Amino acid sequence: MFLEQVLNGLTLGSTYALIALGYTMVYGIVQLINFAHGEIYMFGAFIGLFLVTALGLNIFAALLGAMIFCMLLGMLVERIAYRPLRGKSSRLSALISAIGVSIFLSTLMALIRGPNTTRYPEMIAQNTFYLGSVEVSALQIIILVVSALLMIGLQLLIQKTRIGKAMRACSQDIDASSLMGINVNRVISFTFAIGSALAAAGGVMVGIYYNAVWPYMGTMAGLKAFAAAVLGGIGSVPGAMVGGLTLGILEIMGVAYLSSSYKDAIAFAILILVLIIRPQGLMGQKISKKV
Amino acid sequence: MAILELKNISQEFGGLRALDSVNLQVQEQDIFGIIGPNGAGKTTLFNIITGIYVPTEGNLVFKGQQLNKLPAYKIARLGIGRTFQNIRLFNKLSVLDNVRVGSHGVTRSTFIEGMLGLPATRREERQVFADARQLLELVGLDHKEMEYAENLSYGEQRRLEIARAMALKPALLLLDEPAAGMNAGEKEDLMKLIRLIRDENKLTIILVEHDMNLVMNICERIAVFDYGKKIAEGTPNEIKNNERVIESYLGVGV
Repeated sequence: MFLEQVLNGLTLGSTYALIALGYTMVYGIVQLINFAHGEIYMFGAFIGLFLVTALGLNIFAALLGAMIFCMLLGMLVERIAYRPLRGKSSRLSALISAIGVSIFLSTLMALIRGPNTTRYPEMIAQNTFYLGSVEVSALQIIILVVSALLMIGLQLLIQKTRIGKAMRACSQDIDASSLMGINVNRVISFTFAIGSALAAAGGVMVGIYYNAVWPYMGTMAGLKAFAAAVLGGIGSVPGAMVGGLTLGILEIMGVAYLSSSYKDAIAFAILILVLIIRPQGLMGQKISKKV
Repeated sequence: MAILELKNISQEFGGLRALDSVNLQVQEQDIFGIIGPNGAGKTTLFNIITGIYVPTEGNLVFKGQQLNKLPAYKIARLGIGRTFQNIRLFNKLSVLDNVRVGSHGVTRSTFIEGMLGLPATRREERQVFADARQLLELVGLDHKEMEYAENLSYGEQRRLEIARAMALKPALLLLDEPAAGMNAGEKEDLMKLIRLIRDENKLTIILVEHDMNLVMNICERIAVFDYGKKIAEGTPNEIKNNERVIESYLGVGV
């Protein structure tokens, strides 16, 4: 029973982690909380649904299609709503712009699809099997494996490639990076693309897992993923992964052993506790300000 | 031939005129010193040359090409490298990675090529590694390549900044107070290093520095700034004996 709940928690948590990565990477480089990120995730879920129902693609093709679409959407949002403000006005303006984009995107989807919940068609036979005494569904395995692969891919990208090196440099000193010949705008654009693709993957998998998508699903998921990013230490990529998984497990344990009606309250209460004890987050760097 | 030419450059911040109609020519392969009291506009000059600021007035020509309004990264890729007065290394990257980031502007491989690990990309990456190691050897940091940059001593960090700027394979290297915080022995080494870099790579160096001994020793030409204006220019000997310079900056008895 307990192990099953851990598995449920990991499944949910890995989707939080996928979204949290986008928050943390963008914050790491431009110090912006991209509040439209939850809506990118929602668009990912809907694009996946469209590809499955209208074009009859399988789950993996739909996942890839949604990721590519959201990559472009994320870059477009950055280009239109954030870049014109960068360096010219305060960070607060970009934050307000992000909230604006968030409302625009969710309302746009509500206009296109109506505000109600749409169901995903059944894509994976709901068969479950036993690993020892633990009941596992095929879908859970798919979500865990896909998330793990994406996160490993991201780590390789950040650690091994030239653009990953540029991303790490920009996250430490954006001006010095530009003086080293790094095209900072391109790096930022790329960061939005990667973060959005991961969120889209999360959106499609959550849509299938809970068998429901709706235009406002990005709000709560975005908020929780943001919390997960903060829990892990905002700006830290491993932190977002750990934070996402932790939050997922906490939430499921709260539902299983306490009360399902308070699941969000429990998750956030624990988040607050952790941050009181470790303000920099689980994996965050302690910043000692010079006075 | 002049590698860098500043024509009537002025820079205003609000009402403050940080640079006032500055004309300057730096000849190829010179070590060119810029001195002056604090607030004279020396670092502002570096920021204009590297594209951090767009000058309010005037023209900037590098190797015959107009630089005005080019973004900083493009100017860097044309071959202008720099270090910073207040050291700006990537603290959380290793010493080696700091230098590798410096080579970003001169490598070409794209993200997809990197992920695929194509032979050409791997070759380029090996070359970057080899070049970076060579630069670290040059500045005497080859034994610390896996340290975090933040764990280096002050003098080492200044040398690492030079190595990082050199990774860009610049034709023009700007050093902003390279000797600040160094002890006498380190300054001696630094002078040798600067000369060596110039002679081996045939590049041009402009340095801003307060240490008169260092400036007078290694610079072929010197420009003196005060309140945003160039008040004198010449060889070290001419500068030492210039009345106006002595009055406003060097003081009597130097």
